[in-house]
Amino acid sequence: MLRFIVGRLLQMIPVLLIIATLTFFMIRLAPGGPFDAEKSVSPEIRKNLERYYHMVNADGTPRSLWLQLGDYLRNLARGDLGPSSKYSSRTVNELIAESFPISAELAFWSLLLALALGLPAGIIASLRPNSPSDYIPSSFAMAGISVPNFVIGPLLVLFFALKLQWVRVAGWDDWIDRILPSITLGLLYAAYLARLTRGGMLEILSQDFIRTARAKGASSLRVILKHALRGGLVPVVSYLGPAVAGLVTGSFVVESIFQIPGLGRYFVNAAFNRDYTMVLGAVLFYAALIVLFNLVVDVVLVWMDPKQKFA
Amino acid sequence: MRSPMHSEALLHVDDLRTYFHTRAGTVRAVDGVSFSIGKGETLGIVGESGSGKSVACYSILRLIPQPPGRFESGRAMFDRVDLLHCSDRELQAIRGNRLSMIFQDPMTSLNPYMRIGDQVIEPLLIHRDVSRAKAWALGVSALREVGIQDAENRMRSYPHEFSGGMRQRVMIAMALITKPELLIADEPTTALDVTVQAQILELLGKMQEERGTAVIFITHDIGIVSGFCDRALVMYAGRVLEAAPTALLFYEPKHPYNQALQRAIPALNATGRELYTIPGAPPDASKSIAGCPFAARCEYALEKCLSSEILLKEVAPQHFSACLRVQLGEIDLTPASAVELSANN
Amino acid sequence: MSLAVEIPTEPLERGTSLWWDAWHRLAKNRLAVGGGLLLLLLALASFLGPLILSQSYATQDLQLGAIGPRAQHWFGTDTLGRDLLVRVLYGGQISMAVGLCATAVALTIGVIYGTTAGFIGGRVDAVMMRIVDIIFALPFTVFVILLMVFFGRRFVLLFAAIGAVQWLTMARIVRGQVKSLRRMEFIEAAEALGLRKAQIIVRHLIPNALGSIIVYATLTVPSVMLLEAFLSFLGLGVQPPMSSWGVLINEGAANMEEAPWLLIFPGLALALTLFSLNFLGDGLRDALDPRASKD
Repeated sequence: MLRFIVGRLLQMIPVLLIIATLTFFMIRLAPGGPFDAEKSVSPEIRKNLERYYHMVNADGTPRSLWLQLGDYLRNLARGDLGPSSKYSSRTVNELIAESFPISAELAFWSLLLALALGLPAGIIASLRPNSPSDYIPSSFAMAGISVPNFVIGPLLVLFFALKLQWVRVAGWDDWIDRILPSITLGLLYAAYLARLTRGGMLEILSQDFIRTARAKGASSLRVILKHALRGGLVPVVSYLGPAVAGLVTGSFVVESIFQIPGLGRYFVNAAFNRDYTMVLGAVLFYAALIVLFNLVVDVVLVWMDPKQKFA
Repeated sequence: MRSPMHSEALLHVDDLRTYFHTRAGTVRAVDGVSFSIGKGETLGIVGESGSGKSVACYSILRLIPQPPGRFESGRAMFDRVDLLHCSDRELQAIRGNRLSMIFQDPMTSLNPYMRIGDQVIEPLLIHRDVSRAKAWALGVSALREVGIQDAENRMRSYPHEFSGGMRQRVMIAMALITKPELLIADEPTTALDVTVQAQILELLGKMQEERGTAVIFITHDIGIVSGFCDRALVMYAGRVLEAAPTALLFYEPKHPYNQALQRAIPALNATGRELYTIPGAPPDASKSIAGCPFAARCEYALEKCLSSEILLKEVAPQHFSACLRVQLGEIDLTPASAVELSANN
Repeated sequence: MSLAVEIPTEPLERGTSLWWDAWHRLAKNRLAVGGGLLLLLLALASFLGPLILSQSYATQDLQLGAIGPRAQHWFGTDTLGRDLLVRVLYGGQISMAVGLCATAVALTIGVIYGTTAGFIGGRVDAVMMRIVDIIFALPFTVFVILLMVFFGRRFVLLFAAIGAVQWLTMARIVRGQVKSLRRMEFIEAAEALGLRKAQIIVRHLIPNALGSIIVYATLTVPSVMLLEAFLSFLGLGVQPPMSSWGVLINEGAANMEEAPWLLIFPGLALALTLFSLNFLGDGLRDALDPRASKD
């Protein structure tokens, strides 16, 4: 297992290198630059800024993009994502360290909500397929998939913050501020999880070994919990990798609706501002996160399904 | 040997009808089956696939999905409890405890996500007040009893690490761990290689003898019945056509279907001859049949066989037949072996 | 629960083809039929409605401002006094067009890539699918956002960006289908008969994989529309004066306190469309691929 994990972590390196290179050229070849927005920047200061970011050589001559990429990758190898091109006094590492915990907390509550709603709904729906106890949760799940979070979010704000005034419109200070954003972000995943759970459980409940369990005198509850759940949740767990990736990157909209100072908002702003280093840093951070989560999910899957091997 | 109406019956099934109501129509899978089995007895149920033999036994344990399945009539009395209509709690207390079952396909009947040991000892944990450690120790000895080497370690293996025959041994250990009074075995050897089949049969016989467990053995293989069972039922189209002690069933067939079945067994010495096959096909189970279900394929059938309702009647001591003409003494069937001999001469 | 009893399946009718069977199964699925009809209605309204209604989507009436739903303006008007119904219908045209075109892009790339990998097999297949795996590990949304920000918010680019993200799953599905079909006897028979590879692909492999392709395409359309709306909501998608449902929802969210209908109607239109498409897609999957219809 250790070998498998180390192997996968080593595979991560070329993937991240490719992503870094691609992203680097994409943003550098695109028109516009980080200092365009500020009209007040004098040519003198601009030269200094460019020197500071190693965009020109010490003598002021343009430095080739390949060399610049080399600089970047050298720093990356030391875990240094460089200074922000927009906020020259801050490093990208600092900005991510500051904003990511907020996004992670939001993702955590959303995932918790999604699991708490999605799993029971899916299990209930699978027990009596094509009956009201299936149709009702399944329809809610379909609605959850069909109503985008940027519609749900504002509607929740309209109703609970503006009309009822139970919570604040925006912010991220109190526990009460966590409620609406987590619901907004989590509902879609609750819906997906419910559908996957239902599908997985239906598949397992139709297997012969469930009949064996019932023939042993196991109660319905025991059949579900001890015999069906482990296999039935395999598709759910395999989805958790992409789901967590989606929760983390999908927080752009939610963070902008509720004005939460998370990484998603920083990233979108950085993109708008042509904050080269911040964009690159965030992309690499996201990619690494996704690869790591997929790795965790694969390990959990092998643990869940004895037939699977580390490969 | 006991008669079907023996007073000391362990399980008494009476007029069981299990129908499946599907969109395509009603399938009369089991259509008025009655039998009983006494303590320690081995009862074979023989029939082609689709004859209703498995559904009848699944019905007894209520392992039929409902819907589409439904019990249209009948009772299955097991120690004064009607298994078909008792509460779930009563049923669960009996299933896997006093009445166990082993299934046809050992590859799919074990839970691939659970360790063998956990599955083997589960009936104990459900039905007996034992600690896990004690149950585990009992599980090890149960595996040893069914001939699994290195039982302590094998308890911690998963089903995919076992061969088909080994899995069926595990199923047997699991079914017998609570020392049930009755074991229903649904074609337990069909999915296995011939050599393994013999080993499993031997094991079942040994275990039964040691514990005095009654066994209902479902099979399509008449040969197995003759070697293994005290008494057998021949089922066809959801009904019992003949019931008798196995020796009588073979040497004195009292129903043309039974006779035809035996003629259809390939004889070892009869080389070069075309194998006898019963003409026609079993009736469509979605249509209700007025008379004898086999009449359409029967060489002795008369007009009356198609129209009048025919019940299972004792035509000789301990020998029951649902053939109207046999009941009326109009025909006397020769045993299949005699047919073979005459054909060979 | 599998039983050792053969429950007769529905009686075979003469001349029933696979597609006819599938059609029957689909027609019996009330949710899918309902979804299909609702979708048709929404599409007709979006494309024909503006022809009937008198107001243009750009006609402003600043004095009017944002007013709620009433007889002349069923959906009310926006802050510039433009009729919201007409704007929602026009937005629907764009949203649906983006959904269809981007799906077509994803479909084309995915089918070509998947068929090639599956048909050639061996090392080429392994390398091609490894590439897909790697791209799968990328943060999609992040890339689409970058593409849209850095290369201008052009309409064509929107298709390209979304299509480029959505083809991966399609390629995987098609490859899987082609690989399993390749092993089937009728393909070997076709090869034995001397059909050229291209002929085999066009005549046999694609028609046989068509079921899953249709199903997946139907399910791609809603996710594409959602992505477009998401980008437009962030201000990265369709640009004014054109509008899509995402743009309208964005505007609506900005003014929801004073004029909630600006959020509700476009949101409802988008949700209903996605709802219908998802039900239709589920129904199609049940009808065309009964074995894979578990989730």
